[in-house]
Amino acid sequence: MDISGAYDSILYDIAGGFSLLVLLLAGIVCIVWDIFENDEPVLPFVAAMACVVGIVWEVRNLDAGSSTVFYDSIRAYGLASYINITILLSALATVILSVPYLKRIKHGYGEVYALIVFATAGAVMMGTANSLVTVFVGLETMSISLYILAGLVRRDEGGIESALKYFLLGAFSTGFFLYGIALLYGATGTMYLPEMASGFIERGELTLLFWAGIALFFVGFLFKVSAVPFHMWTPDVYQGAPTPLTGYMSTASKAAAFAALVLVLYYGLAPMPVAAWQTALAVVALVTMVLGNLLALVQNNAKRMLAYSSIAHAGYVLVALTAGTSQGYAGAVYYLLIYSLMNIGAFGVMALLEWDDKEGRLQTIDSLAGIGFRKPLLGVAMGVFMFSLIGFPPFGGFFGKVAVFAPAIEAGYTWLAIAGVLASALSGYYYLRVLYVFWMRTEEQADPAVRARAFPVSFSSAAVVVTCALVLLVIGFIPYVRDLTQIYFDASVFATMP
Amino acid sequence: MLAESLFILLGTVSVVAALGMLIARNPVTSALWLILTLFCVAGLYLTLSAEFIAVVQVLVYAGAIMVLFLFVIMLLNLGALPQLEKMDWKKALGFVLCVIVLSQLVFIVATSLQLMPATATVAEDAGAATTIAKTLFTRHMLDFEMIGVLLLVATVGALMLAKRKFA
Repeated sequence: MDISGAYDSILYDIAGGFSLLVLLLAGIVCIVWDIFENDEPVLPFVAAMACVVGIVWEVRNLDAGSSTVFYDSIRAYGLASYINITILLSALATVILSVPYLKRIKHGYGEVYALIVFATAGAVMMGTANSLVTVFVGLETMSISLYILAGLVRRDEGGIESALKYFLLGAFSTGFFLYGIALLYGATGTMYLPEMASGFIERGELTLLFWAGIALFFVGFLFKVSAVPFHMWTPDVYQGAPTPLTGYMSTASKAAAFAALVLVLYYGLAPMPVAAWQTALAVVALVTMVLGNLLALVQNNAKRMLAYSSIAHAGYVLVALTAGTSQGYAGAVYYLLIYSLMNIGAFGVMALLEWDDKEGRLQTIDSLAGIGFRKPLLGVAMGVFMFSLIGFPPFGGFFGKVAVFAPAIEAGYTWLAIAGVLASALSGYYYLRVLYVFWMRTEEQADPAVRARAFPVSFSSAAVVVTCALVLLVIGFIPYVRDLTQIYFDASVFATMP
Repeated sequence: MLAESLFILLGTVSVVAALGMLIARNPVTSALWLILTLFCVAGLYLTLSAEFIAVVQVLVYAGAIMVLFLFVIMLLNLGALPQLEKMDWKKALGFVLCVIVLSQLVFIVATSLQLMPATATVAEDAGAATTIAKTLFTRHMLDFEMIGVLLLVATVGALMLAKRKFA
């Protein structure tokens, strides 16, 4: 093997993976800076700037044709840019929301921002991966950062529970994932997704080894996106972790995992007979939607409720993946962007309305009675997020749900789409209950501790929450975003589709 | 065939050592059994002409990780472990028989379903350090760099969780 020309295309590679490299650089800057100036207040700014630079770079490349860089390790431009924007927006919002929150709970360590940035780098790598090795390395970088961040508040047993459960179950599911990758490699002889597809077209047969690999691989993925029956960890982990970081887990990490799943399904597995895993995904999507929504109904704690709601939303995305058409994948990535915006906003509001000094894991929704009148900005923003999460027109969530359910109907999964719509109707109860408590109860019904508390809202946090709400109000009326997601997926790769 | 007999020898020893690790009463004995297993696996890598992996196996597992294990075991209070009952040899014999029958069944099912992997031919220098380095620093350079970040994250995170004072 001659390697004299190995780095000839390095400039092109750097341009393609620019946002990833900027994140890595910013993370290392944060850590080194923190060595010399402990908990330097500029560090969150460095982290946020890295996200902003990444977003600006990726926005410029949204329309560019998709290609691969770093020896086909990751994808760049086009779809990859879109996914990176989704992840980076969640990361940016998380960094900004974390600063006042962590200062309040006295955990504003410099390392936290470095870890958020590294987790984002892992998410970006995973969400744009073109080979199974890259998926795995990105997944691990993201997960290990998140295990640490979940256990940030070490004095609280809820934080410890959260971190330990996340770590143990995450490591366990990683085992499944890795076995799946190993078997897939054994069956196909390649780690690269497009080669997997072309190899199948050449050979035209799938061994039992391949099916075992796919099954294990999907189990690993479904764990990461917290689909039923692999959802058990989600409520406990979300409840005990610091609230803005919970928002990060439910948006950036989920978006990255789903994006990687879409890439695997679209680039790697599309020409294969998809019916087998379509049925499996349909069943998982159904139970995820139903169980997620039913369990969310009975929660008294806002973070736990949002955790079950995020399980339900994973089910909605799985409906789009079940369809297995280019429309379905386009709908899924479109939904991921909208879902990220509304969830990061909802967790942001809950972070600002936290009063129990236990990362919000003990306070009930009812304790915040009438808070909308005291904090109208947060109350109205929460209204937008809740209506959007239900999927109520004209908010973004409605357009997102149309984008995920319509392809399922076209692909013949009408029953699944109907189940999804019914489940969304059910979700109205628990989302609207938050608004009922916020706006239709009087302040006198609130917990005395809530009445005594001022809930200061810094300008930066308010800006993030309001921006998320405004974007959700208008995003459905910007056809550009929806059209963009559709041109990324080419229907012609589905050779065996009827 | 030298390679085949070596494989059978190393394989048997490693399986026996793994069993020894499982049934050893004393944790230190158990750890030493594990070292034997790891050495045998390293030997298996050598028979596949994967010298680099063999060396890494010895260095990382038999060296670093085992030293860590032994340190942790030494820090534990071994006297506090519950006293186990005497082993029931009939049950042990039954277990061994079950394992033999099960492995035969699995072998038969696997061969009849043609699940057994075909013997792959390994290139002569596939496991040499040069070959691995060439792929690692070209094809997988991004993965390689990212694993560096992963290790940094783990180190920083462990230090942060352990060293920061309880607020």
